[in-house]
Amino acid sequence: MDSRIIEIIINAFWDMLKQGIVVTIPLTVISFSIAMVIALVVAVVQVANIKVLKQLARFYVWVIRGTPLLVQLFVVFFGLPSIGIVIDAFPSAIIVFSINTGAYASETIRAAIESVPKGQFEAGYCVGMNYVQIMWRIIMPQALKTAFPPLSNSLIGLIKDTSLAASITVVDMFMVAQRVAAATYETFILYCEVALIYLMFCTVLTKLQTYFEKKLKD
Amino acid sequence: MLEIKDLHKSFDGLEVLKGIDLKVDKGDVISILGSSGSGKTTLLRCMNFLNSSDKGTMIFDGESYDMGNISKKDIFNLRKKTAFVFQNYNLFINKTAMQNVAEGLIVARKMPKEEAYEKSRKALDKVGLSDRYDYYPRQLSGGQQQRVAIARAIVSDPEVIYFDEPTSSLDPELINEVLNVMRDLAKEGRTMIVVTHEMNFARNVSSKVIFMENGKIAEEGSPEDIFEHPKQERTAQFLSAYRKG
Ligand SMILES: Nc1ncnc2c1ncn2[C@@H]1O[C@H](COP(=O)(O)OP(=O)(O)O)[C@@H](O)[C@H]1O
Ligand SMILES: [Mg+2]
Repeated sequence: MDSRIIEIIINAFWDMLKQGIVVTIPLTVISFSIAMVIALVVAVVQVANIKVLKQLARFYVWVIRGTPLLVQLFVVFFGLPSIGIVIDAFPSAIIVFSINTGAYASETIRAAIESVPKGQFEAGYCVGMNYVQIMWRIIMPQALKTAFPPLSNSLIGLIKDTSLAASITVVDMFMVAQRVAAATYETFILYCEVALIYLMFCTVLTKLQTYFEKKLKD
Repeated sequence: MLEIKDLHKSFDGLEVLKGIDLKVDKGDVISILGSSGSGKTTLLRCMNFLNSSDKGTMIFDGESYDMGNISKKDIFNLRKKTAFVFQNYNLFINKTAMQNVAEGLIVARKMPKEEAYEKSRKALDKVGLSDRYDYYPRQLSGGQQQRVAIARAIVSDPEVIYFDEPTSSLDPELINEVLNVMRDLAKEGRTMIVVTHEMNFARNVSSKVIFMENGKIAEEGSPEDIFEHPKQERTAQFLSAYRKG
């Protein structure tokens, strides 16, 4: 390997890592946090069987899970302006990733809530608690424990999916890789390099997941 | 103190309770016997509104309630006068023994934590679990879990406690530790309605025995009446099957 390539690899590494830290990670963390709030609400609305809201929740999950993430990004960033709604690239990405991950995560949480034995509810009622108290103090803590591994999975999925934001002009880690690749023609090396940085991020997340799963167990 | 009149309940068109009348006085220990599927569990669950009823009247402390059409508020208030012990314990999985017992006091009855834990400690001591306060359900044997459930039931000092086959999920060697606790409660004068297959308990501890058959009360009376001189053929058959078994 000649020194030119080594220099490209090293320079690109810092540029990509920097963009990873200032764009990819915030994009992931913010979107995931909002997604969790959406998911909780959408799941609880369904489990609690709240009439109109439940239908709305089902509709939301149906539409979001039934359409490609990339298309959703295009609809919000390139589509909405044509009907007069202009949103910058980064907030567009946040909106789409939040809504998208929220739909999947709501199904995870709903399933987790439904996996809590019915007897937990009945015992709560029998000691005089009401629905909200039981949900909050008895059911949710158990459900979130069950939901933790699949939700970690969604988080790991999301950090990789944020690379799609490059296609709506967000200058994230992947966009940097594309630019350097275009300028240097070292496409193979640079795309492999950015893949490695994603792998690094995901490895950290996986380690964290293992650690917290262990903690939740005891 | 508590009376049920003409209670009916169906599941998808199948009538499971076909007009139950039941009178409970303070201090009564009523054992409900009957073969599987006769409606015993459903009766208890309707009485605590875990199942809705199609029709029936409940008179509790002089107040009358239409069981087929009762408000959430009434259900809520009535449940606070009662407690329920389930066949499979149903302890809160995410809470320790102490928290299981205190939860209802703190959350539903808004009792100050200190007072609630003090009462819970006493309740757990009473069922012989003074060394298990901080254990989670999964760290306890079935018999211990059921005793926590009983502590949870008595801690609020309910007017009546419903037991649905409290020893049926237990290994034989653990049954007595639970029955002994229940015997103590009976001696203290607690009002209890117990669905059970423990004939010795029904015979020796209860003040009244009810035999259910096919959604109806087929026969009721003192333990002597039921065990020594059953009037119904079916009651005699049921009891002799148990004597043999
Ligand atoms: N949730 C339910 N849905 C439909 N049928 C039920 C339900 N619960 C009980 N049953 C039926 O009601 C009958 C009485 O059941 P149950 O009260 O559990 O009897 P027991 O406790 O005496 O064994 C049975 O035929 C049972 O299948
Ligand atoms: Mg039963």
